[in-house]
Amino acid sequence: MPDALRKSEPLLNVERLRKVYESSTGNVEAIGDIGFRMDAGELVCIVGPSGCGKTTLLKCIAGLLKPTSGVIELGGRKVTAPPPNMALVFQEYGRSLYPWLTVRGNVELPLKHKKLSRPERDRLVDDALAAVGLEHATKSYPWQLSGGMQQRVAIARAVAYQPEVLIMDEPFAAVDAQTRADLEDLVRALHRDRGMSILFVTHDIDESVYLGERVIVLSKSPTWVQEDLAIDLAPERDQITTRALPRFTELRTHVYEQIQRAKRGEAVRPEAA
Amino acid sequence: MTLYTSTVVTPRRPSRVWAKFGENTAYALGLPIILLVIWGVWSSISPAPFFPSPLVIAEAFIETWVGPAFFADVLPSLGRLAIGIVLAVGLGIAAGIVIGLVQWLRELLEPVFEFFRAVPPPVLIPIVAVLVGANDLMKVVVIVAGAIWPVLLNTIEGVRATDSVMTETARSFAVTSGERLRYLVLPSASPRIMTGVRQCLSIALILMVISEMFFSSSGLGYRIVYFQRNYLIAEMWSGIVLLGLIGVLLAVIFGFVERRVLRWYHGIKEVERA
Repeated sequence: MPDALRKSEPLLNVERLRKVYESSTGNVEAIGDIGFRMDAGELVCIVGPSGCGKTTLLKCIAGLLKPTSGVIELGGRKVTAPPPNMALVFQEYGRSLYPWLTVRGNVELPLKHKKLSRPERDRLVDDALAAVGLEHATKSYPWQLSGGMQQRVAIARAVAYQPEVLIMDEPFAAVDAQTRADLEDLVRALHRDRGMSILFVTHDIDESVYLGERVIVLSKSPTWVQEDLAIDLAPERDQITTRALPRFTELRTHVYEQIQRAKRGEAVRPEAA
Repeated sequence: MTLYTSTVVTPRRPSRVWAKFGENTAYALGLPIILLVIWGVWSSISPAPFFPSPLVIAEAFIETWVGPAFFADVLPSLGRLAIGIVLAVGLGIAAGIVIGLVQWLRELLEPVFEFFRAVPPPVLIPIVAVLVGANDLMKVVVIVAGAIWPVLLNTIEGVRATDSVMTETARSFAVTSGERLRYLVLPSASPRIMTGVRQCLSIALILMVISEMFFSSSGLGYRIVYFQRNYLIAEMWSGIVLLGLIGVLLAVIFGFVERRVLRWYHGIKEVERA
């Protein structure tokens, strides 16, 4: 195990993150003060009321946005540009896949600049497409597929990239409920079978409790971490039985109440030490 | 065997592909043939010296263009046209990508481009002729100077309109700038670029002819003016027919390339319509 992944050092470390958007009509403080840690092999969900700056937070972590102040470290290294050991799955699958490339071409594109031999690259692509159950559609174009299948392609692209952390920004917000359940189980399977570290942002409370081992509840904007909740459900989860557990209901009610408090602004931000 | 049977015998339908092909051909050629027949009948009923019958023009066409004139006039014209188009498209796309990607450059140049684009290109002929001489180079320069604008401006627009999520995707996967150009910027701008190329072709053809009408001793444009000034009316018309045919040929080549390049684009449009 590389040094950066030792238990003492978290995979992802966010400290006192602040982001202010400057504009001519006045400054908007999107993120007030966010701090959390994530260890290698964890599946962490981030929920918050709408407009709380979830996407801003992700873009900062992904190195796409420059934070106003604060520290983001991935694998012990400070994030200033998109780090090579991270992959992103966007909400808008239709705009994140390239329609002029086939499914295979899309998955293969980020691997082109990694110095891999041809067979090695093919193996990674085949493996990733098999992992999302799309080995039969490699020659299709994304626009020939349904929304759920397109998002699978985007996930396969991220899996083939072999990131240390996979960041997903409300990836299933635009697909129907049944497809969504399938995709949730796919994410669980990737985490369980491949030990992938996943940071999953969602506005869906049920989804966050069903998927996560930890749920981080964000306050409304300017955002801070209102609660960091451990989800003590068994690692083997099932859409029917897990969701019917009394503990699941308790946790989801708890998160729901937290979100309601966040919306009303009742939660009081602790004074920074 | 009785004389009357209850069985209705239907002829086998020809393969649908051929039926469709035949139908398309009939539609494409139908109106031209009808017009030619009307023209032919009209010109034999009331002959007019400036509007000879299509048969006379066809005869003049073969006499004029099949033979040495093809090598002396048509080929050099086509060569200059081809070089002009290749340069206009190549330079237009290259400059368009650079300008489209660099915002301050775009803001600096766009008003100037609007001015140059508004200047009718034929007025450049005397100036260019003075600058580079009355030679092949002058004609190519005129073609490029006039035909580059639609390609350039459309490429700038196309590059500028690259989807922000697609760009962020490329950034997040640390795709190199060369790959970004090849796999993101160019394909995403390609529908606009092809629109520009289509306009570029017709402008280039016009400028090819016009550039040969001045300070010239060969070429299609020169020939047509020569025939007109010497009252060789059927020959003059045959030159115009030849220009039309070149235009059709260009459109066919363009259509072939466009279907290849924009297969994904037309595919999406089809899916959206369905």
